[in-house]
Amino acid sequence: MYAYYLVNHFVLTMKILVPVKRVIDANIRVRVKDDHSGVETDNIKMAINPFCEIAVEEALRLKEAGNAEEIIVVSVGPTKCVETIRNGLAMGANRGIHVLCDVSPEPLALAKILKQVVERESAGLVLLGKQSIDDDNNQTGQMLAALLGWPLGSYISSIAVNDAGFQVVREIDSGLEKLQLTAPAVMTVDLRLNEPRYASLPNIMQAKRKPIEELTPGDLGVDITPRVQTLEVHEPPARKAGVVVSGASELIDKLKNEAKVI
Amino acid sequence: MRILVVAECEKGALVPATLNTITAAQQIGGEVDVLVAGHDCSGLAESMSRVSGVARVLCCEHADLENHITENLAVLIESLSKDYTHVMAAATTFGKALIPYVAALCDAQAISDISDVVDAATFIRPIYAGNALATVQSSDSIKMITVRATSFESASTEGGNAAVEKVEATGANQNVQFIEQMLSLSERPELTSAKVVVSGGRGMKDGKNFEMLETLADKLGGAVGASRAAVDAGFVPNDYQVGQTGKVVAPDLYVAVGISGAIQHLAGMKDSKIIVAINTDEDAPIFQVSDYGWNEDLFTAVPELNDELESAM
Repeated sequence: MYAYYLVNHFVLTMKILVPVKRVIDANIRVRVKDDHSGVETDNIKMAINPFCEIAVEEALRLKEAGNAEEIIVVSVGPTKCVETIRNGLAMGANRGIHVLCDVSPEPLALAKILKQVVERESAGLVLLGKQSIDDDNNQTGQMLAALLGWPLGSYISSIAVNDAGFQVVREIDSGLEKLQLTAPAVMTVDLRLNEPRYASLPNIMQAKRKPIEELTPGDLGVDITPRVQTLEVHEPPARKAGVVVSGASELIDKLKNEAKVI
Repeated sequence: MRILVVAECEKGALVPATLNTITAAQQIGGEVDVLVAGHDCSGLAESMSRVSGVARVLCCEHADLENHITENLAVLIESLSKDYTHVMAAATTFGKALIPYVAALCDAQAISDISDVVDAATFIRPIYAGNALATVQSSDSIKMITVRATSFESASTEGGNAAVEKVEATGANQNVQFIEQMLSLSERPELTSAKVVVSGGRGMKDGKNFEMLETLADKLGGAVGASRAAVDAGFVPNDYQVGQTGKVVAPDLYVAVGISGAIQHLAGMKDSKIIVAINTDEDAPIFQVSDYGWNEDLFTAVPELNDELESAM
């Protein structure tokens, strides 16, 4: 069993695992492919998923505060995911794990892979982005917590380490919620947890020498065959730009008599 | 086919998105049951039994369920799931946390935020902040689904006559302890179900300037929302946020004040019936989706609107 179930100072030797995803850059306007099989990704700028970046930053802050020993970034997907791992290493993570497969797996398969990695590494905390901005699934962290049987903190905007584990604040639809989670735990991070740092040039150079272990789903005994198939992808119906108004009375008149919404 | 819809309640009252989720379930077809789980929730179970088209209401009352901890609800739902082909909840923070957790316990790949039902295994859902719509088909024996409430009508709260059955609680996870909730209390309509939403962005410059949006919202009987920039700047609390990662709204009238219209914000409001944009920047992307654009300083425009509405009433 993990020793940190029993001792208060688990944090001193805690490893934090941070899964990171490579996605189309948030500032790119995506285009649906002409054959409706998906969206255009050729020659499109890619980046680390912004929520994953917040997770890396929080792991770094926990380590800098003396609450963790090592940060491992892990990415699951094609060869280019190594770039995303290097992003995390350049920010300050210690080492990487790349689980190589042709496509980014579904959240359930991804959670199964991450469970194996967590157990191999005896991690004490997994920090994930709450969702990736490509598929907008918002599932992986919840699934990982369920598979591990670890407490889940979803949509976290604050983490405080204490003797028993973590006191976290969640962003929920009606406001905020505070929970105490016993370590080890899984957390999915929300936008306002922190502001990620920029990697400095020396750190970017140094990151190139940090180790990245390569594994496959097969090495971890996980079947990544999809359960949900994408049949087609379409553009949503476009909105047309409307008319310009030049004053309050004109606007109210149009809302009342033309649009009939007030 | 038999579908279990997980009702969401807050402080003893039903979260309206549950009723939209019931409509989505009815579009799939088959029998629709509703699970009401919480503490002292038999009254809510009774009212759910009158919702049109509900076959049975399962009511689970236990102190462990009072705070709707994901783990505790998930174990309960997993124990009930064997009788169902689909388990559904609204794509609120409650449902978005819960359904994937249950799905993993049941070894199913969840389907998030569906906006349309094609058939019992095929659904349409927005991806890339709503810039594309994917038609997806599940091969799992049980479908675990969250529903975009604004894409479905609300089920009628009258006309039903479902039986209410008690179900046993399944225990509490000791590794998660509820401490407190800090809720934003407002007399205004709830943001995601309001007919009118007035939202402010970075252009508001300061939290106290939201008072004039509150005045406008009150005159129109609406709710107040915000862009991510306004929430990040600390002008308003997180529960105001409309967008890809915040709330999705589709009111009859959406008034965007000092909001430039980043794609992440548009993702949360572009299904509104009528969009009004007030912005000094005539090139702001918000004007490309607005029905009525007013290129004016919001500090001039909003007070003028408030005065005009005052004299019109």
